[in-house]
Amino acid sequence: MNASSSLLEIIDLRKSFGSTQVLNGVNLSVDRGEVIAIIGVSGSGKSTLLRCVNLLEEPTQGQLIFDGRIIDYGEQSGGLLKRNRMRAALRTEIGMVFQQFNLWPHKNVLENVIYAPMVVNGVKRGEAISIADELLRGIGLLDKREEYPSRLSGGQQQRVAIVRALAMNPKLMLFDEVTSALDPELVGEVLELMANLAGQGMTMLVVTHEVGFAREVSDRTIFIDEGLIEEEGPSKELLNNPKSDRTRQFLERVLRDGSLN
Amino acid sequence: MNNTESQVASYSEMYSVIDNWWGLIEAYLPQFWPATIIVLEVTILSIVLSWVCGLLCALGKASKLKSLRYPAEFYLWFVRGTPLLTQIFLIYFGLPQIGIDLNPFSAGVVALGVNGGAYVAEIIRGGLLSIPKGQSESATALGMTYFQLMRGIILPQVIRVIIPPITNDAATTLKNTSLLSTITIMELMLQTQVIVSSTFRPFEFYILVSIIYLLLTSVFMVALRWVEQRHEVAY
Repeated sequence: MNASSSLLEIIDLRKSFGSTQVLNGVNLSVDRGEVIAIIGVSGSGKSTLLRCVNLLEEPTQGQLIFDGRIIDYGEQSGGLLKRNRMRAALRTEIGMVFQQFNLWPHKNVLENVIYAPMVVNGVKRGEAISIADELLRGIGLLDKREEYPSRLSGGQQQRVAIVRALAMNPKLMLFDEVTSALDPELVGEVLELMANLAGQGMTMLVVTHEVGFAREVSDRTIFIDEGLIEEEGPSKELLNNPKSDRTRQFLERVLRDGSLN
Repeated sequence: MNNTESQVASYSEMYSVIDNWWGLIEAYLPQFWPATIIVLEVTILSIVLSWVCGLLCALGKASKLKSLRYPAEFYLWFVRGTPLLTQIFLIYFGLPQIGIDLNPFSAGVVALGVNGGAYVAEIIRGGLLSIPKGQSESATALGMTYFQLMRGIILPQVIRVIIPPITNDAATTLKNTSLLSTITIMELMLQTQVIVSSTFRPFEFYILVSIIYLLLTSVFMVALRWVEQRHEVAY
């Protein structure tokens, strides 16, 4: 098995919703510790690509190899129960953070963070709490551990959501436009946390509209257009000197408007 | 004609004989206690059954699997589209013919429980729809199974939303027990009918049984307010 450096291999990934083709054959290899920024216009398939990696969306065609294992999906991978079990197992190793934070409003910060490790991985409550406390201390929110999410700012909620995913000790983190729903002054604290995470060697796939973040933090940037990788390369190179016309047009528009939103 | 007239005459005779209506009610009131107990027993058991049926049906209807969704949809369609009285007769008089012989009490509980389940299912379904999809998506992405997600994330939030309508529904179930008088369960209505037929005092006794029903349904309303206040935690 070629498990040396590549954590995730995406081979000819296709996804359609009904008759709408969203991904038209994406190939991507993600090394361990690599941070990849995924950019592109709305509806280009960036989010769908992320959601296919942890099977929140079932690919229509193509192959996923994660950590040296071929990920089966769809009918060929056995009965419903077996499929669900395999998907759940895969997702314990892949953390995901969403645009809308999606913290659970009826649980306080600490419960949000410890719930999945306890019920999914069977971690003892005491141990889960000490892991959670350490993570919350790392983001300066330990004093908020008893608060309900509604009492936190958007930036705090999103940082808790990141910590909640980290508490599962994932091998790969997926970020789906995690700063798009935030007020501008709160974007920085979330990007800073993600930069720290990248610095610690976490493998990350980051769908983002933040060109600055992509340039400074990510190793490689991928420009997705109409469900295909139009251009990829080292972030600084691609973002400063795009080769494809479409990439250039896109970047010009983003830089002119400040951001895509 | 003649016959009716003489009956009316005999009624008014009786009224004049027993002028003391309070004495009358006092004399018969103890007979209402066992009937009230039966109403409460049937109601509580039916409500529990209706919650079980309702939850299963709501989850079935929300399922992607046709093998779960179609039966749930048929159940809702049938129960909500036929009169409760028909369902009661079907279960008590009809089922013995295919070998399912229930005593009146069990038949009553099953009928009210299955009937209530359809309405509870709709309430739960509304509650499920009120939880943003992202809530279950983030739980799923953390590797939770459907069961873990439901138990830990979705249902605790749904319960909060559905408490008021579900209590309302429980009061309806209580009132519906009156229909079980038709299958010989000696609940409040049948008890009243028996007393009325021997005393010929329908006005007093139907007022009395109304008051008893009102007291019972008021208990639900008070309980609802109490539960609502307890669940008003800030989040």
